[in-house]
Amino acid sequence: MSQSYNRGLVEDFSRWKEFSAGMWAWIFHKFTGWVLVGYLFTHIAVLSTAIPAQQGEMVTNSAGEQVSVYTNTLSLLESTFIVRLLEVGLLAVAVFHILNGIRLLLVDLGIGLESQDKTFYASLVLTGAIVIASVPTFMAGIGGA
Amino acid sequence: MSTQVPETETEAETETEPAGESHQERRMADKAAKREYRESEKKAEDELRAAEESVHLKVFRYDPEVEDKQEPRFDDFYVPYTKGMTVLDALMYARDHYDSSLTFRHSCRQAVCGSDAMFVNGRQRLCCKTQLSEMAEPVRIEPLPHQDVVKDLVVDMEHFYDQMHAVEPYFQSEDVPSEEQRQSRENREKIKMSTRCIWCGACMSSCNVAAGDNEYLGPAAINKAYRFYMDEREDEEELKEHRLRILEQEHGVWRCQTQFSCTEVCPKDIPLTEHIQELKREAVKNNLKFW
Ligand code: HEM
Ligand code: SF4
Ligand code: FES
Repeated sequence: MSQSYNRGLVEDFSRWKEFSAGMWAWIFHKFTGWVLVGYLFTHIAVLSTAIPAQQGEMVTNSAGEQVSVYTNTLSLLESTFIVRLLEVGLLAVAVFHILNGIRLLLVDLGIGLESQDKTFYASLVLTGAIVIASVPTFMAGIGGA
Repeated sequence: MSTQVPETETEAETETEPAGESHQERRMADKAAKREYRESEKKAEDELRAAEESVHLKVFRYDPEVEDKQEPRFDDFYVPYTKGMTVLDALMYARDHYDSSLTFRHSCRQAVCGSDAMFVNGRQRLCCKTQLSEMAEPVRIEPLPHQDVVKDLVVDMEHFYDQMHAVEPYFQSEDVPSEEQRQSRENREKIKMSTRCIWCGACMSSCNVAAGDNEYLGPAAINKAYRFYMDEREDEEELKEHRLRILEQEHGVWRCQTQFSCTEVCPKDIPLTEHIQELKREAVKNNLKFW
C-alpha cells in the first residue's frame, strides 16, 4: 500500500460533536468515577486533621471560643460558599455515577438494550432533579438563605 | 437504496481505447478523451441549470501519489438532484461529470456488497443506502475514520479483514456430516441477525475502543464469532470452548465498554452490543462452573 494519511488524534477530538448518547454516557461515567476517587482522597486528607482532636487538642476559633481542631476545621469549611457549591457538585457527580452505574449493570445483564439512550437521558434528568431539590439543604445558612 | 438507472456509457469510451500504438492514434485517443470530458462537464452544467434542485457535496480529497493532493482538502461539487438519489449516486455523478479521478469503492448499489461505507455528515453510513434528501447540506463526505486512507474516500480494510478472520469464521466440526445439516427454526432465529453482516467496517470505524486499541477484535468480528458460537450445528464442547477462548482473550469481548456506537451505525441493523454482551455472559458462565 502507498503511504497513507492518518488523520490522527486532533481530528478525533474534534469529533466530540458527533458523539452519540452511549458515548457521552461512557465519558461522563469515567469522569464522574475519577472525580469520586479524587474526592475520596481529599476527604481522607481533611478528616485526618481530626487526629489531634482525638488527644483532646483544642484551638481558639474566630469567636474566641475553645473548640476541638476538628470542629474548627469543619465549621470553617462549611461556612464558605465555595465548599457548599462543591458539595452540590459532588452530589451531582455521585448521583449520576450511581444512576448510570445501575444502567450499565442492566446493560451487562442484557436488560433494556434497545432503550439504552433513553435510560441515559433519564439518568441525566433524574440527576438534575435530585441536585436542584438538594440545593436548599446544602445552601442552608449561607448567602441569602 | 439506490433506485437510479445508471447512465449508459457513452460510445466515446470505447473509441478512446489506445488500440494501435502509433503516435497519431494515441494523440487522437487523448483528444477524444479530453473532448468527452469537456462534453460531460458541459452536460453537467446544463443539467445543473435545468434541475430544480441541486445538492452541494463537500468531498474529502487526498492522494499521496499526486503532488497537489498530498495535503488533504475538501472539494465542492454541485450535483443536480433527482428524486430518490442516494449519496452514492451523487458521488458517481460528480466522478462521471466533474472529476474522473475522484476515487471511492462501490459495487452493488443496493446495500449488499458492503464496499461503500463512508463518513457522511458526521456518521458512518452506507452511501448507497443513504438518501440525499435526508442529509443536511452541504453533504460532507469523508473516508471512514480510524482507518488509513489510501486515496480520497478509499480506506485500507486489511486490518478489518484480519480481525474478521481471527475469529475463525467457518465450521470446524471434525466429522463431516453424511447428509444435509438441518437447523432448528429457533436456532435460525437466534443467529439470524448476526448472519446479515456485509463486512462494511462501519461499526469498527465508529468504535472508540477499537480506535485506541488496534488489537481489539471489534464489533463485526465478535458478531461473526457469535454467529458460529450460537449455531447448534457445531455442537462439540471443545469447539465451543475454543471459540470462547478466542473471545475472552485480552483484546476480545472485555474491551467493549457498551458505548453502542457500532449498533447505531450498522447499516444492517445488527444488535452488535447485545451480541457482545451475550458472549461476555457466556464467557463468565463458562469460567464459573457452578452456574
Ligand atoms: C452505588 C455506587 C456505584 C455504582 C452503582 C457504580 C457503578 C459503576 C460501574 C457499573 C462501573 C463500570 C463502568 C463500565 O462498565 O465501563 C463503574 C466504573 C467506575 N467507578 Fe463506579 N460505581 C459506584 C460508586 C463509585 C465510587 C464511590 C467511586 C469512587 C470512589 C467509583 C469510581 C469508579 C471509577 C473510577 C470507574 C471507572 C473505572 C474505569 O476506568 O473503567 N464508583 N462504576
Ligand atoms: S456488523 Fe454491521 S456495521 Fe459492522 S461490518 Fe457488519 S454490516 Fe457493517
Ligand atoms: S455499493 Fe454495495 S453496499 Fe453500497
